This record gives sequence, C-alpha cells and structure tokens, in this order.
Amino acid sequence: MSIRLSNVSFCYVNGGERTQVLRNLSLEIGKNELIGLVGQTGSGKSTLLQLMNGLERPSEGRVLLDGRDVAGKDFSRKELCSKVGLVFQYPEHQLFGATVVEDVQFGPGNLGWEPLQVELSAFQALKDVGIGEELLDVSPLALSGGQKRRVALAGVLAMKPEYLILDEPMAGLDPAGRREIFQLLLKLHRDRNMSIVFVSHSMEDVAEYAKRVIVMHQGKVVLDGAARQIFRFEKELEHIGLRIPQAARFMHRLRDAGFPLEEECITPEEAVQCILKQ
Amino acid sequence: MIRDITIGQYYSGDSVIHRLDPRVKIWGTLAYMVSLFTFRDFAGYAVAILFFALVLALSKIPLSYAARGLKPIFVLMVFTAFLNLFWTDGTVFLRVGALAMTWEGLCKMSYISLRLILLVLGSSLMTLTTTPNQLTDGLERIFGPLKVFRVPIHEMAMMMSIALRFIPILIEETNRIMKAQTARGADFESGNLLQRLRNMLPLLIPLFVSAIRRATDLALAMDARCYHGGAGRTKMYPLHYGKCDFAAYGCLVAYIVILRAVVLICPW
Repeated sequence: MSIRLSNVSFCYVNGGERTQVLRNLSLEIGKNELIGLVGQTGSGKSTLLQLMNGLERPSEGRVLLDGRDVAGKDFSRKELCSKVGLVFQYPEHQLFGATVVEDVQFGPGNLGWEPLQVELSAFQALKDVGIGEELLDVSPLALSGGQKRRVALAGVLAMKPEYLILDEPMAGLDPAGRREIFQLLLKLHRDRNMSIVFVSHSMEDVAEYAKRVIVMHQGKVVLDGAARQIFRFEKELEHIGLRIPQAARFMHRLRDAGFPLEEECITPEEAVQCILKQ
Repeated sequence: MIRDITIGQYYSGDSVIHRLDPRVKIWGTLAYMVSLFTFRDFAGYAVAILFFALVLALSKIPLSYAARGLKPIFVLMVFTAFLNLFWTDGTVFLRVGALAMTWEGLCKMSYISLRLILLVLGSSLMTLTTTPNQLTDGLERIFGPLKVFRVPIHEMAMMMSIALRFIPILIEETNRIMKAQTARGADFESGNLLQRLRNMLPLLIPLFVSAIRRATDLALAMDARCYHGGAGRTKMYPLHYGKCDFAAYGCLVAYIVILRAVVLICPW
C-alpha cells in the first residue's frame, strides 16, 4: 500500500517553450508516514503533489497508487479524490458554500455517498479540525485566516482520504495557528494511521513534526531520509538555498567550537536536554 | 486546462510597423477601412490589396497568422456571398433549380467578400502589431481633447489598462481554483447545460470573491500612492511622433491619392 512514483518527468509547454519541472524522479510514500517536503520555490514541490492525486499527468514515467496507475483508466477521478486528499495553499481558492457545513459537504457529496453519510462525515471532519458548533452556519468568508484554513482542511478530510497532502498548510498563519494545524495533523496521523505529506518553508516546523524529510532541488529529489539524518548535511542544504533548523545550526557551531556533543539535535527542546546533560 | 490564451492577439515582433506610434496605426486603420467603402471596381481593390500586402510585409507577420482573424467571420462571409450571388437582378448565366446566378450578382459577391476580408485583415493588422496597452495609450491621446467637455477620458483609459492587466492574473487564479475544486471531486466537464452551469458555481464564487478582494487592494494601493485621477498627471513614456510616424502618415496620404487617381482613371 503506497504511492509510488517511478522515473517521473514532467514538463509543460507554454507558447512553444518547454519548461522541465520534474526530471526522472522516483519516490515511494508508504502507509502511516509523516513527511515534510522542502525545497526552494520552483523546485517542483507543488507539481509533485499534484501528480500524486492525478491532477497533473506525468510526461514520462508512472505514478502508482497501490499498484494502479493514477493517470490511466484504473482510477476514476472520484475514487482518486477519496484516496488522496490534496489541500491547497490558499483556502480562498476552494471555499464557496453559503455556510461552513455546506462547503465541507461539497467534497463527500461529489463522491456520490448517501446524504446522511455526507452530513455525518462533514460534521465529523469539522469536529476533527476544531471548528465549533457556533461556526457551522456562518459563511466561510466571514471566518479568520486560521479558521478558513481549518474549514478547507475539513473539506478534504470529509472525503476520508488515506493519504493527506498539504501544500504549505501553514503559510500566513501566526505561531499559535501553525501549532494548532500541526497538532491536528499529528493527531490524524496517530489516530487514523493517515499518511501525511506537507510542504513547508519552515525548517523548524519540519524538524519538529516530520518523521521523514524529502529535499527537492531543480525537479529532483536530492535528499530523502529521517529528519535527523537530513539536517547533518548543512553545507549541501545551504548550497541549494536551504538552511537547517536554528537549533541544529546552533549545535553544529558548538561542536565546531570543541564541545563534545555527540547527538544530532534538531529541535530546541532536544538541544536544551543535550546541553544540560553535558 | 486553460493555459494558452493570448490576450488580444498581439504578435510580438520588432518591425517598423510594430514601432509606429499607436495613434498612427489607429488613424491609419480607420482611414483604410473608410477608403474601402469609396469604390466599387476591381482597380480600387487592386490598390487596396497592394497597400495591405506592403504593410503586412513590413510588419513581418506571416499571412497565415494574420488570416486567423478571418475564421470567426467565415460563416457570415459565406452567407452574404450566397445572398448576393442569387438575389441580384441582372443577366442570368446559370440556373440551379429555382435559384438563378447572375453576372451582376457574381461581381457584387466578389466586391463584398473582398471588402469584408480587407476590413478584417486591416483591423487585425493593427491589433497584431500593437499591444493592448499601447492601444489604450493611443486612444487616450486621440480622445484627449474631449476632456474639455468633461468626458473622463483618462479614467476610462486607466480602467481599460487595469482590466487588461488583470486578465492573465484571473486566468491563473481560475486554474488554481479549478484544481482545488477538482481535488474535491468537482466535475466541470460532464452533464447537461443546466448541470454544467450549476457545477460552475464552486469555480465562479471563489473567482468573484478574489477579483473583488484584488480590486479593493488595488484601489487601496493606488490611494496610498496619492492617485487622484488624470488631472496634472504626466506619463513615464509619453507618446511622441517620430520621423517614421510622419513618413507613415505620408504613405497613408499617398495611398489615398493613388487610390482616388486609379479609381478615376480606370473604367473597371
């Protein structure tokens, strides 16, 4: 059970000009993973996400979901949506319902479920993302930024996907909002065994929450592994315009200065523990 | 999805025609279109076609590209040609059932078709060589004198250029929204007309919301930079007539003189 991309290339043609976005990329995302996808703007992250649920088709190579081709006739659009949920960066791009509940029901409604089941899953999803009852009949446009994002997330969760893919779910949120969204993702991951992939520009967030980190550069996966291992490559990451989390950088500097710190610490808490132990 | 929509039909290039002042092109096109209605004989058409060919050659636009503009009026052309061919009184030379073709009809058909083709080609040559923004600039200057009568020319031109500027942004936005809704199982492609219209709502509502939000933001940003309409406002690139532009006006006058002369002298 996995999403497997094998030798995937993607390019688009605009006015006779070919732009290569992904080059011969292979990747496997298994069950119950929690993956942070990082890379500079234009490294192909968003395209990669869209390939995973069939919104874009690879120019070359194949994208297989549980062994079946996503781009081929194996899947109907609806079945794909219910397996791989994709949440876009801006909730404004999808909120349109007159009320929050109505909007969240749109996704499951499209899947052709029974009305009762649609309602149930919508309420469940809204409860999961922490939208209180007092907001259910409010227009989604009247919500705050963080609330909008949670409603948008609920709109996808209501379709009960096995994989949840989020394109910069934290952009434009304040620290409290970010933490809330992450706590929510962690809970989904833990309680529902949901596989989650999120794109983030904050290395601190990735270090804190992701179990596995995938680093992209110019349409290729350049690093892929446990967060702790990835952040050892400080030089290499800096070379492609990325920085390692502050805590890790701080620990590297301490070690360079001669302190005997053996462990690789990537979050502030770990760093504090490690230093106190010495 | 919606990826390759070109705005207007500007054909980017760097020819003499491209570099002309937009006012020259607007007046020139107008004069050319009017001139097409001043004669009813083949000699006149020969001159008009020659002039068009000359300008086309100077603009370095392939004829096949320029002729694309004819596609939308093709049906209209066939229809008028058909009417003229069979419903003109004169000497009959062919009968198809109840329909009679006349020589006069044949001539009239050719005139009118040629005129239509030249009208469309002539005006599309202007839009092909002038960016929408240049056109707006040119129109603003041409209609400038109307400001005396309190016609808000500058404001209209500003609205036009803002609208043009926003088209690619809104197309991009439409694409994103379509993707976001497709990811939620929305279907924009199947069903009957009514269903399809209903299915467009999840696309149209976020698009309108975002367009209105962008408009408010833009208004604020313009306000913050003290935009207060056209009064006393200068331009970064003011339009100036250069040598080429005067030469172009010369050519235009020459064309009209030659056209009149040829039409007067030649009997057909």
